[in-house]
Amino acid sequence: MTTQPSGGPTPEQSLALYERMLLIRRTEEKLSADAAAGVLPGAVHLYIGQEAVATGVCMQLKDSDWITSTHRGHGHFLAKGGDVNAMMAEIWGKKTGICKGMGGSMHVADLSKGILGANGIVGGGLAISVGAAFGSKLSNDGRVTVCFFGDGAANQGVFMECLNVSSLWELPVVFVCEHNHFCEFTRAEQVTSGEIINRARAFGIHAVKVDGNDVEAVWQATADAVARARSGKGPCFIEAETYRIRGHMEFEKELLAGGKYRELEEIEQWRARDPITRHGERLVKAGIATAAQLEEIGARVARQVEEAVAFSHQSEPADESLVFDLMFAGQKP
Amino acid sequence: MARKRYTQAINEALFEEMERDPKVIVFGEDVELAIFGDTRGLLDRFGRNRIRNTPICEATLTGMAVGAAAAGYRVVLHMMFSNFLYTGFDAIANQMAKLRLMTGGQLELPITIMSGYGGGRSNAAQHSDTPHPLLMNLGGVNVAVPATPADAKGLLKTAIRGRNPSFFMEASGRGGDSGEVPDEDYTVPFGQAAIAREGSDVTVIAIGTMLKPALGAAKQLEANGISAEVIDPRTLVPFDEDTILRSVRKTGRVVVVDEARDRCSAASHIAAILADKAFGSLKAPVKRVTVPDVAMPYAPNAEAKVFPGEANIVSAASAVAKAA
Repeated sequence: MTTQPSGGPTPEQSLALYERMLLIRRTEEKLSADAAAGVLPGAVHLYIGQEAVATGVCMQLKDSDWITSTHRGHGHFLAKGGDVNAMMAEIWGKKTGICKGMGGSMHVADLSKGILGANGIVGGGLAISVGAAFGSKLSNDGRVTVCFFGDGAANQGVFMECLNVSSLWELPVVFVCEHNHFCEFTRAEQVTSGEIINRARAFGIHAVKVDGNDVEAVWQATADAVARARSGKGPCFIEAETYRIRGHMEFEKELLAGGKYRELEEIEQWRARDPITRHGERLVKAGIATAAQLEEIGARVARQVEEAVAFSHQSEPADESLVFDLMFAGQKP
Repeated sequence: MARKRYTQAINEALFEEMERDPKVIVFGEDVELAIFGDTRGLLDRFGRNRIRNTPICEATLTGMAVGAAAAGYRVVLHMMFSNFLYTGFDAIANQMAKLRLMTGGQLELPITIMSGYGGGRSNAAQHSDTPHPLLMNLGGVNVAVPATPADAKGLLKTAIRGRNPSFFMEASGRGGDSGEVPDEDYTVPFGQAAIAREGSDVTVIAIGTMLKPALGAAKQLEANGISAEVIDPRTLVPFDEDTILRSVRKTGRVVVVDEARDRCSAASHIAAILADKAFGSLKAPVKRVTVPDVAMPYAPNAEAKVFPGEANIVSAASAVAKAA
């Protein structure tokens, strides 16, 4: 594995990583509770347990850099600087939602922050990210595109195509494969042959594996990958091993009618490697923060989430006429 | 005005639009040499940062078009034969047709997808399809079906200058057809049908490749004392209902000619519109001349058997004209 020559994050950056991860976690815990209560309009796919990947990667990016995300996209959206109020309102189907209530949980996007959007199609972001990176290459605008996808998407044919063309044309794209061990309701090893990272290496793409539950490790691996991509050395590939603590989607117990694809003990083993707890302990140990200071951050984040929920509840429902106004630009459907 | 071939008119539109706007880029399989001739010569003039051969990977090409458009380009993606749209259909149907709405209007996708469609030349079923009905059903994409060189040039320019994903369906078998093309810079707006021939007894609505046989049929019908008005919709999305309704109110009799398979064809959609909005004017049932619901066979005689031609149109129009 390649290790990074650059130093780790500064104390301020370390604290920011912690707070961002916590914001994602607390937001999704609230969504989980609301899903269980049956009050959300649609399904949610939660990122709990994987926060270190989105956070470690996105905090190396500028607003002008692009990301494409997945159906499990709340974490990427918030990590890249998307507004929690606008995201929450979107999930609630409100007019004030980041996509005016037209996309919902699986489609949160904010172009002003370089977020090209979460995507309901597994692997749907791959080619979009390559196209955006192609644009950057042609414009020579110094932007990097990060493509988040999972081990499930790595089995889509379009993945191979994208590795080929991005390597061939030396595009400024960083592929971040979040190996969370599950392809929807199926264990990854049941449907995946070989090592996913080797697929990238086969195309001559610089590839590293990283502990996806260690936010600083992800942060450092990304620093290297983004620097390479930005300097014109072509695509990079990061495989981040992590674990999906929640199901493929909330409500899955009911859907699976007693069927299961994993044991509780496995979930508990991974909880012991929780990225947020781990990073918090590191901050205390390094003297960057006291336990009390972390609690203060926790209280701040909790308030932010409460405000986002209140904002959503107070917002008006989506404007129905937009369905006809937004299908095309300047044209009726 | 000068006489030009269909392919040549398309080629000119690409040269002129790339010249006009440096954000116009062209990519696709074999676009540098161009088997249809439509993108030929662009490489020498504009270089590989504007036009480039891609790997054969349609699923990626259509998605890349979305990404490159999001990054500020006016993308012209050439998909060669329109059957290859199917291998690239995820990003067409799930991404480009939907992302503008799904992002609350944040994304604008000026994408033109060119592809050759239609049979009649023993290319067999995987190189002869007519996917315009599928595209019409997606909702978020325009569909242009130019039948003449002048319209091909003008509609392609409208597509490239537009703000939305547009499919530019090239009549593969009509590439060598020639027609008068204006010398000056012009565009043909979307959503405006052309009356290709005026008449009073029966309206023949002919889509894309079917205009030529429809005009041929109209001549034969005239000899039989039937005056056919031939209308070319030019674009299927947006669709010019007014021109067609005006004609149908005049004639009361309609034949719709479409090279698509009959079931859920553009023809059946047009027939549905007429049933809905011109029922009171109709003096006879609306007749469709389409391809049966089969795959296009290879053998010339078998293909001719299912391919709509002048004889089918004459027969349908005569029946409709005589119906009490």
